[in-house]
Amino acid sequence: MKKVHIILLVLIAGAIAVLVSFLKASTTYDSIDSAKAKAGKYVHVIARLDRSQPIEYDALKDPNYLSFTAIDSLGKTVKVVYRNAKPENLESSEHLVLKGDYENDHFECKEIMMKCPSKYKDDMNAAEKNIRETTQTEPIENQTAEKRIN
Amino acid sequence: MGYIGEHLLPGQLGHFFIVLSLVSSAVAAFAYFKSANAVSEQNALSWKKLGRYAFFTDVFSVIAIFILLFYIIHSHYFEYKYAWQHTSLSLEVRYMLASFWEGQEGSFLLWTFWHCVLGLVLIKRSKEWEAPVLSVLSFVQFCLATMIAGLYIFGWKLGSNPFILLRDSGVLDNAPALHMNLDITQPLKPDYLSFITDGNDLNPLLQNYWMVIHPPALFLGFASTVVPFAFAVAGLWKNKFSEWTKPALPWALFSAAALGTGIMMGAAWAYESLTFGGYWAWDPVENASLVPWLVMIAGIHCLLIYRHSGHSLRVTHLFLILSFSLVLYSTFLTRSGILGDTSVHAFTDMGMNWQLIGFMAVCILPALLLFAARYKQIPSIQKEENATSREFWMFIGSLVLFLSAMLIIGKTSLPAFVKIAPPEDPEFAYNRIQVLVAVVVALLTAITHYMKYKQTSRSFFWKKIWLPTLISVVISSLILLFGNINYYKYGYGFLGSIWLAIACSVYSIIANGAYFIDKLRKSSKLSGGTLAHVGFAMMLLGILISSSKKEVLSYNTSGIAINFGDASKEESGENLTLVKDVRTDMGKYWVTYEGSEKNPKKPLWYYNVKFENKSGKEKFVLQPNAFINYKGNEGLMANPASEHYWDHDIYTYITSLPDPTKNRDTAQFVNKTLKPGDTTFYSKGYFILEKVMTRDSIPTKEGIDPNGRASLAIIKVHSQNNSTYTAQPLLVNRGGALYAVPDTVVSQNLIFAINSVQGDKVNMGVKEPNTILDYLTLKAYRFPFINILWLGVIVMVIGIIMSMVKHIRRMNREAVAGK
Repeated sequence: MKKVHIILLVLIAGAIAVLVSFLKASTTYDSIDSAKAKAGKYVHVIARLDRSQPIEYDALKDPNYLSFTAIDSLGKTVKVVYRNAKPENLESSEHLVLKGDYENDHFECKEIMMKCPSKYKDDMNAAEKNIRETTQTEPIENQTAEKRIN
Repeated sequence: MGYIGEHLLPGQLGHFFIVLSLVSSAVAAFAYFKSANAVSEQNALSWKKLGRYAFFTDVFSVIAIFILLFYIIHSHYFEYKYAWQHTSLSLEVRYMLASFWEGQEGSFLLWTFWHCVLGLVLIKRSKEWEAPVLSVLSFVQFCLATMIAGLYIFGWKLGSNPFILLRDSGVLDNAPALHMNLDITQPLKPDYLSFITDGNDLNPLLQNYWMVIHPPALFLGFASTVVPFAFAVAGLWKNKFSEWTKPALPWALFSAAALGTGIMMGAAWAYESLTFGGYWAWDPVENASLVPWLVMIAGIHCLLIYRHSGHSLRVTHLFLILSFSLVLYSTFLTRSGILGDTSVHAFTDMGMNWQLIGFMAVCILPALLLFAARYKQIPSIQKEENATSREFWMFIGSLVLFLSAMLIIGKTSLPAFVKIAPPEDPEFAYNRIQVLVAVVVALLTAITHYMKYKQTSRSFFWKKIWLPTLISVVISSLILLFGNINYYKYGYGFLGSIWLAIACSVYSIIANGAYFIDKLRKSSKLSGGTLAHVGFAMMLLGILISSSKKEVLSYNTSGIAINFGDASKEESGENLTLVKDVRTDMGKYWVTYEGSEKNPKKPLWYYNVKFENKSGKEKFVLQPNAFINYKGNEGLMANPASEHYWDHDIYTYITSLPDPTKNRDTAQFVNKTLKPGDTTFYSKGYFILEKVMTRDSIPTKEGIDPNGRASLAIIKVHSQNNSTYTAQPLLVNRGGALYAVPDTVVSQNLIFAINSVQGDKVNMGVKEPNTILDYLTLKAYRFPFINILWLGVIVMVIGIIMSMVKHIRRMNREAVAGK
């Protein structure tokens, strides 16, 4: 066997070991209930902001404390605590990827990823909203004139 | 039915040129294919002629499409969806190119445009390789043209057309005001366009000069990987396994330089103006561009091994094919939306996934099948490389780079195919492996230039290398001893790896630098390769030091903002709130938010934040900015600001601003429950509840009331101009009836009134007539030695280009000599 082959085998074995350890270190996507069942385990929860509940954030009181309620597609809710500044587009987000673990009575969130209409690229929702807003202030005369023509 | 005010001609021309480019690239691919396979010389020549004309037509069409689309954007023709979606009337002309490539269609156009440029150079220079190489290139051009075709074939949508009209795009379907009778089932009004007064604009995060220059650089890099790919395929196809390596080498070097520049420009952009908190986050988008580059570098080294020793030809083919394949795979990953939940970049699924998969399949599979079919015929040397030879260690280095690339792309892709989520700390999952790759690669680049091809004698090697080794040991010891590199977050194992990697990077810089100088002195030759290695090692060193010594400055540990309520008893966070004109303690600095200015044209605000070093020696104002509630994007979109020093950067950005609706009426008493020691901000400073006391026998108008009791709060008010005041509001209890006796600090326009007292807790109203509390919340970091990274990039790119120029000159000389 050539030296190169030996080194190649060692490197590939190392690469496989790394990928396996990566798979082990990887986490799971969970619902709110299963995250509660795995309290203390780091998970990704895909949920939405529950807009019927208040968002608690006061930068003057503590800029590193945000709390809100999340609701998942099964309709389960959980209080979320995120010890960081409130992401500005939280209210307008479509869905949230919450990374963290369930502790005692709340989901302790280490990182929030927001999937917003329009956050980065071509999403048309914000654009349509923009059109609706800019066309809302249409003068009344125009509409009546339109009706007369028809 | 006609609509008023539309400009349809540019769009119709655009459609025409898109079809023309589609047809002409197909013709070019076919004609060049026939030419490459032609038996007779004359046949080959006439097919080649046709191929050239077709390719020129393609180039002309692409340029025409480019100009037409830019014309539409520049003229604000909002009847076109692309112009409406990506620009607005207030958009500065300098960002119009940015909005051109903000959309997927525009970026595909940019890619195809670079292919045109590269194709023209290839036609001029590549002689007998023109036909097969241009055949491959034209085929890829054809695939790219389908991406912007916007044709429907048997109900399948092929590509997304940039010239589509707004009224055909579906955006207006839900806007009743634009339809007849305000009914969305009715057709649009003839004058609908008069209601579309402005476009949706370029995303504010992308209104930035980086967005103008980064995509062209990156797409030039992506586009250039097709040339070595095409040469490798051409070599396999024509059974000329060796000859193609010579003309392909400068192209591969060019590709490495262009792609490297593009990637690092993206990193610089992320660092300078996006709020990702750094230049690299192992995000799928970043990984997707890094991996083809790593494989290209591995391919270049194998190519050099082959040119000098005859080894590694097979793997050279493979790597150069894979580099382009990985560009296509990255395109698929980043444009299909399948990684949507794992990235900060919101990818959008354009409904083109099958087309993207098809694009990959028709380019990668034939190339790999051809490689497999010809594998046995590719010459290879049976005798193995000597372990003291340069090629042996170069090959090991290439292998390590390649495997590291495979690991990165594997980790990036796994969440798309297996139902798992990324690990808790995704950056560390990459860093702990890649730091070892850095150690090996830095070490190999340090020593390999001191070896000779075929074999190296021990005395030769040691004679040359002992001095650089000694210097490196001294310098890296000094860095490690006095550099305070103590990044314990992930334990000693990782810290040890970082130390080792730093030492190896220093070794590589010095060894390559010494070699470069030695060569320059002895034979006055510029060794581009060694210079590129110096740059690469500097990049490694910059990355290692800046990320392991990155400091959060805005830790909310000291000062006044800490003891508000229960929540902040937890570990302190990275955000700090600054009230206007209140000097706040932030680590080594005093920081003051001094006020804001508005951009006259858009809802863009600039915030002046003054930093004063506590030592008094350093003072500067940073101006981070933010878009607020911009065009349907609710909330704030922040851009950071940084103060650059030669050895570190201070970097800050806004994370939160007050909600104006909450602040509207400040003439009301705001009630707070406070304990002694609690601190609260007001508009011109802050106050501390010092103590709460109870008094008997209080004086009243009628004389001393022995049965009366009063609670007294003593409040120290600290104003922004460093004056202190004391306020003493009372709550009097006379026979069960409570009377609040407010106290006013007149100069501060501040009124205190106690509502109730329970133990040492006071519920108190605070009123500030006619003032609004202005504040912001920010994060601040210190990045040390980041400039080594940027300088390293520049040195590396210069080195690669020097090497490229050297190879082109040599080829030209040989061509002249050959004649």
